[in-house]
This record gives sequence, C-alpha cells and structure tokens, in this order.
Amino acid sequence: MATILTVDDSASIRQTVKIALAGGGHTVSEAVDGMDGLQKAGQSGFDLVITDFNMPRMDGLSMVRELRKLPQYVGIPVLLLTTESDAGLKQQAKAAGATGWITKPFAADQLIRIVEKVLAR
Amino acid sequence: MDPMEAIKQTYFQECDELLLAMEEGLIAMETGEADSETINAVFRAVHSIKGGGGAFGFEILVGFSHVFETAMDLVRSGKLDPTPDVVKVLLRAGDKLSDHVAAARNGTGAAVDDAEVKAELAKLTGEEPEDAGAPAPAEFEGLAFAPVMIDIGDEEPVAPPCPVWHVRFGPHAALYAKANEPYLLIRELGMLGPIEVTADLSKLPELSALEPEQAYFSWDVVVRDCPDRTKVEEVFEFVSGDCDLEITEETPEPAAAPAMISAPGLPSLDDDEPAAMPAAEAQPEEKKVATPTETKATTVDVIKQTIRVDLDKVDRLVNLVGELVITQAMLSQRILDSVQQGQTVSAGLGELEHLLRELQEAVMAIRTQPVKSVFQRMPRLVRETAAQTGKEVRLEIEGEATEVDKTVIERLGEPLTHMIRNAVDHGLETPEERVAAGKPAEGTVKLSAEHRGGRIVIEVADDGRGINRTKVRQKAIERGLITPNSNLSDEEIDNLIFLPGFSTATTVSNISGRGVGLDVVRRNIMDLGGRITIGSNTGKGSKFSLTLPLTLAVLDGMIVAVGEQTFVLPLSHIIESLLPKSSDVKAFGSNGMLLNVRGVYVPLVSVGRLLRVPGASYDLQNSVVILVESEGVGRMALAVDAIVGQRQVVIKSFESNIGHIDGIAAATILGDGRVALILDIDGLVAGCREGTGGRPTEYQQALGA
Repeated sequence: MATILTVDDSASIRQTVKIALAGGGHTVSEAVDGMDGLQKAGQSGFDLVITDFNMPRMDGLSMVRELRKLPQYVGIPVLLLTTESDAGLKQQAKAAGATGWITKPFAADQLIRIVEKVLAR
Repeated sequence: MDPMEAIKQTYFQECDELLLAMEEGLIAMETGEADSETINAVFRAVHSIKGGGGAFGFEILVGFSHVFETAMDLVRSGKLDPTPDVVKVLLRAGDKLSDHVAAARNGTGAAVDDAEVKAELAKLTGEEPEDAGAPAPAEFEGLAFAPVMIDIGDEEPVAPPCPVWHVRFGPHAALYAKANEPYLLIRELGMLGPIEVTADLSKLPELSALEPEQAYFSWDVVVRDCPDRTKVEEVFEFVSGDCDLEITEETPEPAAAPAMISAPGLPSLDDDEPAAMPAAEAQPEEKKVATPTETKATTVDVIKQTIRVDLDKVDRLVNLVGELVITQAMLSQRILDSVQQGQTVSAGLGELEHLLRELQEAVMAIRTQPVKSVFQRMPRLVRETAAQTGKEVRLEIEGEATEVDKTVIERLGEPLTHMIRNAVDHGLETPEERVAAGKPAEGTVKLSAEHRGGRIVIEVADDGRGINRTKVRQKAIERGLITPNSNLSDEEIDNLIFLPGFSTATTVSNISGRGVGLDVVRRNIMDLGGRITIGSNTGKGSKFSLTLPLTLAVLDGMIVAVGEQTFVLPLSHIIESLLPKSSDVKAFGSNGMLLNVRGVYVPLVSVGRLLRVPGASYDLQNSVVILVESEGVGRMALAVDAIVGQRQVVIKSFESNIGHIDGIAAATILGDGRVALILDIDGLVAGCREGTGGRPTEYQQALGA
C-alpha cells in the first residue's frame, strides 16, 4: 500500500484524510503547512501528497511548485484539497504542477476513489 | 469513540484555536496593525470553520460563516476597506461566529440571534441577507462527488441501446509533468465498462531523434456499456488542457478486436516509457513565479507546533521527577556522609543534581501556557460591557505571551473577568463625564502580565475616576466593616473594597455590582496562593494588581525547625525574620502575646506550642521569629526554633488520604527523605485567633523564666 503525506493546517481535515485512507490500507503522515510539508516530503519519499490550498507560512500552490523541483517528486501525484470551487483555482493548481484536486467536504469513499485514480499500484 | 465523533472533537478544538486567531487578527485590524497575512489568517479561520462545519452538517453555522467569509474575502482582496466601522461589524460577526460554534458544539440547536449582524455583513458585501446563506449549501451540493460507477461489465446492461464512446487521447508532455499517468486514466475508463485500447505509436521517432521529455504516444479507447458521457469526461477531469482529447459517440457495432490493451512492439504499459520521464525544466516560466511567493512565505514567523497530551500523564511525569530529585538528594547526602575522600564522587553528584534540576524545570514547563488564552477572551468582554454601560472603551493588552501553569490559567478567567468588568463598569466614567473632566471620551483599560520575582503579576489598570475614598470609607462604616474613628491610610481605604459584602455601586447592575464581587475575586486568588491589591489615584484611574505563583506544583519555602519536627513556610507569606529581645514581647490578655516590631505590635505565636510539637523550645532567647503576612487576617509573628534554609519543595497533597487539617496546607519530602509539613499561614493565623481560650501557657512560662 502507498505512503501518503497529508498537508493541512486543520487537524480535523488531516485526521479525516488519515482515517479515510488508513481504512484503505495506506500509511498516512501529516504536515501542518506548506513549509512543513515540503520538509517532510524532502525527508522521506511519499507515493502521494495531498495538500490544502490556503495555509499559513506557505500555501499549497507554492508547496506544489517547490515539490516539483525536487527530483524524487517529479512523477509523484499531488492532489490539492480545497473548499474553493472556482475554476481559476483549479487552473492555478494545474499550472503549479498539481495532478488533481479534491473538493471539501468529501466522504471517505470519495477520497479513496480519487486517490486510487491517481495512484499507480 | 467512533472516528466521526473523534474528528468532531478535533474540529471543535480547532475551532477554539481558529476563533482565537480570528479574534487576534481582528483586533490587530482594529488597531491598524494588521498586515495582509494577518487579514488572510482571519479569512482562513472563518473559511476553515465553515469548511469543517459543512462536513458535519452544521448548516446554520455554515450559513453564517459564509456571509462572514464573503466579507472577509472582500477585505482580503482589497475590495473592502477595513475602516473602523467595518472592523467593528467584523468583530461583532466574530463574536456571533463563536456563539454559533458553541451552539453547534452543545448540540442544543439553541438559535443564535445573528440577524442584525448578518444584515450588517450583507450591507458590507452588497448581498441580500436572505440570499446570503443560500449559496453555501448550493455550493456544496454542486461540488459533492457523484459516486463513479464501478461496473466491470459482468452484468447485463440495464439500458440495452447503450452508446459506445470512442475516446482519442493524446497526452502532452505537461500531463506527465503533473504526475498524471495515461495508463491510470485508461484503467479508470476500464472501470466504466469493457474497453478496447489501441496505442498509436506512429509519432514515435527514431531512437536518435527521441526527446526523452517529449510525449509521442496517443491512444484510441473504445468504451462500451457506459450510458453517461459525463462519466467519460470526468475521467479526464484533471488532465484537460494537458492532452488532445476527443470523445465521440459511435453507433454500436461488433467489436473490432477482443484485445484489452494492444501496443504492438512495446512491452506492457507498466514499464517506464520515455515520455513518462518529464522534468520540471519543462516549465521554466513557472519556476520564476514560484520564487517570490516562496521567499515571502518564509518571512512569516514560525508557528509553534504543539501536541495534546493527557494532563494525567504530565502530572505523573512531574511527580516522578519530583521523586527523582528527592532520591538524588537522599543518595548524595548518604554517599557524602560515608565516603570521606569523595572528590570525584561529589563532582559527579553535583552534576547529577544540576541535571535533575534542569529536568525538573523542563518538566514543569510542560504544564505552562501563555496567559494569552485567557487574555483573548477579554476584548469581547470589554466590548459587551462597554455596550451595556454605554461607555467607550479601548483595551490594551501587554505581555500575553507570559507563561504560567495551566491550573493557574484555568482559574484565572473568573477573577480577571470580574476585574475587567469592574474597571469598565465602576472605574471608567461615561463619555460625557470624561469629556467634562477634560479627558478623551474613550476610556482605556490596560491589561498586562509579566514575570516578577518568580511570580506572575497581572495588572488591570483604567484611566477612570479612581476610587472615591470618602464614599468607600462612609460605606465601610455603614456596613460596620470599620469603626467611625478608624485611622486608615489611603491604601488601606482602597483595599476595603475587597471585604465581603462591600459594594459602592449606587445601582446594582447585572454586570459587576452584585455586592459579592471583589471579595469572591480575592478569595479565588488566595486559593491559588496569590494576592490582589488595588491602587488608586483620584481622577486618574485605578489599578488592580494580581500576583500569582507560576505553578501550584512546587513552592518556594523556608525550612524551619521546631522541636523534633521540620516545617516549611511558604516564602510568599514571609516578610522578614527577627531575633527579638525579651523587652519587645508584651503579654496581651490572659495568654496572648504581642511583639513590638519597630513600634507596631503584632500578635506573636509559637508554632511549637500551637501545634504541640514535642521537644520544641519555648525559650524566646533561643527562638527565631518570622514575621508573616496573611491575606485574610493581617500580620503575625511566628516563633520557631531555628531556620534551616530556603529551598523549592515539591508539594504533596495529603487531603485525599487523611483529609484537611487546619493550619497545614500539604506535605513535602525533604532531601534527607523526611516528610515535612507545609504550614498554611492563613489557616494557622485564623485558627489561633479564634481559639484564644484553650491555649497552652508554656510559652509564657518559658518567657517568664
């Protein structure tokens, strides 16, 4: 099963992601903002990164851009987790190098579906 | 606890933090100190509360936070200027939001009366209040994911004339750069129904001309048994714009080939293909964009990470470290007693002691928290009290990062609330009175905290009218608290307001004038081992000062010997120690004694006699007198045999084992392993004042000898 990093400043969202994906047999690590996420991602290789958009210190978009500069994250899917619904943000996410997005609020099975959609196994 | 409930708990804890951050940000906006990151943090807080609320179906909460969020979004994007009036509305919206969160948490469904604030917010955003709540649920409905059908096709199709989709899919290099994988997309299509895949390798150049980061492949996929075009389109949701995509509907015809995935001349798709190795270099223009954003982000100050730990675990740790310190002291004493030439041993023991002290301090520090969590509740209190009393008040807060033990924090809220209310309600004048007195109409209440001499000092100062001493004195005489001919200093008069049953409010308001106020405040503070005083300057304002110990787990004590016993006196109560002359001691009444301390007589009590300690010396020539101050009853001189030393002791409560003993606060274990009782000065003083009748007379006899 995959190792997944969830980056979110909200503990309840991280917990939701964790519980949902742990149910699918994945191992989930947590980071509290973009800066933390980038650091944790650099320390160990994850198979998938799920990140929030609006976070303190470093937002999700900046983190994705930075992540894509790391050689080991070139082919790793990154999903942006957000309540923002406008198309503009999705385009920005893609321009930054995000693989896809998940719209909050989400049910566990929806999350698992999307994760498995982008996760090579 | 089921996972959903656990997440809900986390959500509410988070709401508390977010509400604090929001409040803090809004106040910074009010004082004009807010930068864009602060405003964004407020937006984020409201946004996160709304987002989580949506997940748990708190629709009223979501409805309100949506309007609030819209307004904050306008401020954030610079479309709405945060003028004082706007911020005032936002602050009130913040208060309502925390009410909404509280209502959702209690699950009572108690309606929060937010209509007025909602209308004002709507006025800011230009939205109709009725419509304001509506977009939120609609937004969520629209974004909810429709479950994707996982139909492998082993069932009979429900609708027989199902269209066949012909998908022509040609990824660009950008698609790979974002870690999307064609084979995953094809797999995804395969979940919609039976598929036939043909790879088009015609664009693949000679090996020598092959660019590793270019995309050369495309695929033709035929999807059957999928009635819904949008389902097919949804598969490519993430990659639109990064590929050539053509979805056409075909009339059903016999399958051309049974092949599942055919890619002649190529190994399976799971293997690495050249095109699947893109690099970030493909988007140099994006890198340029990224750099400034990143540098800006790094300048924001570091957020402290925290973990939530069960308080019991921390207490166990605190206890164990306390035991460890005692064991260390015991061991080192014994070793040093038995080893004569212990030069290296004593150096090692010194080091151990040093480390243990550090460990103890570190462990104690776990329990400390900044007073911020209490202070942050005060701005709202001030706003509400000001609104109720028709006063204009500005609250200044200082030193909110000052740290103090969690237990102290928890019990600080109530007295502080009282003091602040008192300052606004009684301390400050009405705007008219202020202007008449030549002051600005807006009064100032200043709340500050700082560490001073191992204690925390919290002050609530107002620039109001000050204490009317004539009125206070008058009232105290009326209530029989002092005699009409009492000669009191200004300070003493000021502090009369802490006496039980004292209230100077001409009308009893529901804010602070129930007459039970300040004496209760003082009792609470004393229970915490602290003291409270008030100072006042007529016409210029008054100031409450509150001093509290930093922790309730350890105590700075003076170790004294009385007969065969060792006692600990809390250092905070000690004023001085004296070696009195016999001539300074006067007999008072049948068996009381007074000690002349530089012209002032204070009651003198022998601890040994009071507690009937065996072996205590009653000879005043051999006694040391310690002058103590009790919050309740004033000064008193305690006679003990000797002073042993001064040290920090770990408080061990024994109330749960043997119940409460008057005059004894708790116990501690000394370095030599012996148990010593910590004296409760207030209880001791009160006890001996009441029980004047049955006192032993040894001390007097000893004195006479």
